[in-house]
Amino acid sequence: MKVLTLNFLTCARKTCKQNPAAFPLHPKEAELEQIETDINPLFIQNMLPRLDWEAMKTVTNELGLPNLPLETPTAEALVDESSGEPSQTLKDLHSLLMETSVASGKLVCANCGHEYAVKEGIANFLLPSHMV
Amino acid sequence: MSRPEDILPPDLFYDDNESRKYTTSSRIRSIQASMTNRALELLDLQEPSMILDLGCGSGLSGEILSDVPEDEGGPHVWVGMDVSASMLGQALERDVEGDMLLADIGQGVPFRPGTFDAAISISAIQWLCNAETSDVTPEARLKLFFDGLYQSLKRGGKAVCQFYPKNTAQRTMISQAAIKAGFGAGILEDDPDTKSVKLYLVLSVGGGDVTGAVQGMDGVDVMDARRQDRKRGRDVKSKKGSKAWIMNKKAQMEAKGKIVKSDSKYTGRKRKIAF
Repeated sequence: MKVLTLNFLTCARKTCKQNPAAFPLHPKEAELEQIETDINPLFIQNMLPRLDWEAMKTVTNELGLPNLPLETPTAEALVDESSGEPSQTLKDLHSLLMETSVASGKLVCANCGHEYAVKEGIANFLLPSHMV
Repeated sequence: MSRPEDILPPDLFYDDNESRKYTTSSRIRSIQASMTNRALELLDLQEPSMILDLGCGSGLSGEILSDVPEDEGGPHVWVGMDVSASMLGQALERDVEGDMLLADIGQGVPFRPGTFDAAISISAIQWLCNAETSDVTPEARLKLFFDGLYQSLKRGGKAVCQFYPKNTAQRTMISQAAIKAGFGAGILEDDPDTKSVKLYLVLSVGGGDVTGAVQGMDGVDVMDARRQDRKRGRDVKSKKGSKAWIMNKKAQMEAKGKIVKSDSKYTGRKRKIAF
């Protein structure tokens, strides 16, 4: 479960949908792993405006990752001006969003307190029918 | 031909054994690959996108999404949802790149609004037409699914769902549910009137025309049901009780998915006066 995906997942319960507390899900007892992938600058640039930076800060903080800058990086900051190569900001973002993932643990909804188990990187979002 | 949908619920039908058979069968793999490529063609993505794969199974379609070359707008990043743990286990063994959730798409789509650029689904949504327990109905599951999907896609986003409806009733039930959720919907039929007919439900967020998706494709005829409806409205209204009026009503009911008696030479005919 990539950190990128964590920035989009909400509680699956219908009653939580409208409640702002249902996002982000808070990782608990999470085990992290780092999987190397190829960098895709255009994709990260496309995703930047869609990221919820406040949620990013909360989640990285709870995962014990280094602190993020206060503001969302701008699209210009992703490319090194002089060389046109990917900048350090882009590399950091790539390693955080695409390479860092939660291997196991729990995701907790702050609204209803439901815990979604994560095993081998797959989160279990199945709900018993009375909770849908 | 037996349908797996009629045998067991998906999470039980695709057990370890069945999932392995499904994933390793070269016939299924090639069919899945061609359908995924067709769906990608319909989505027409220009840039690396975030894609939701509904009923991702063992990631056969996801693999293709991650492998789209750069000059064709890829590689895409995908998140998959599937209800069968064994299928996801197969995906783990094959080391696919996307993230996966063990989730029932009939319970909604747990992502915040505007997450995805596009969604695809290969041979999955016909499973929603089955209710496995007495406390859920197919209609309610379809509604939760399409409402959730509509929310999680960005404005202007598209979804292509390939599915195998059991009959016309299922086909209309699925497309009507999508339209009710707010999608602009159309169905593309590949190889019509053959045994290997493939149906693609093309959905666009923000409603409107989806026929643009097939523009520039060879050998595609567009039959626009909406436009015919509109033209019918402009006609002079036929007299209530007349044959034309009855035929019109029957067509309306059929379009709604109701069971309608087939037409015969007696349809709308006056009875003989007995005395």
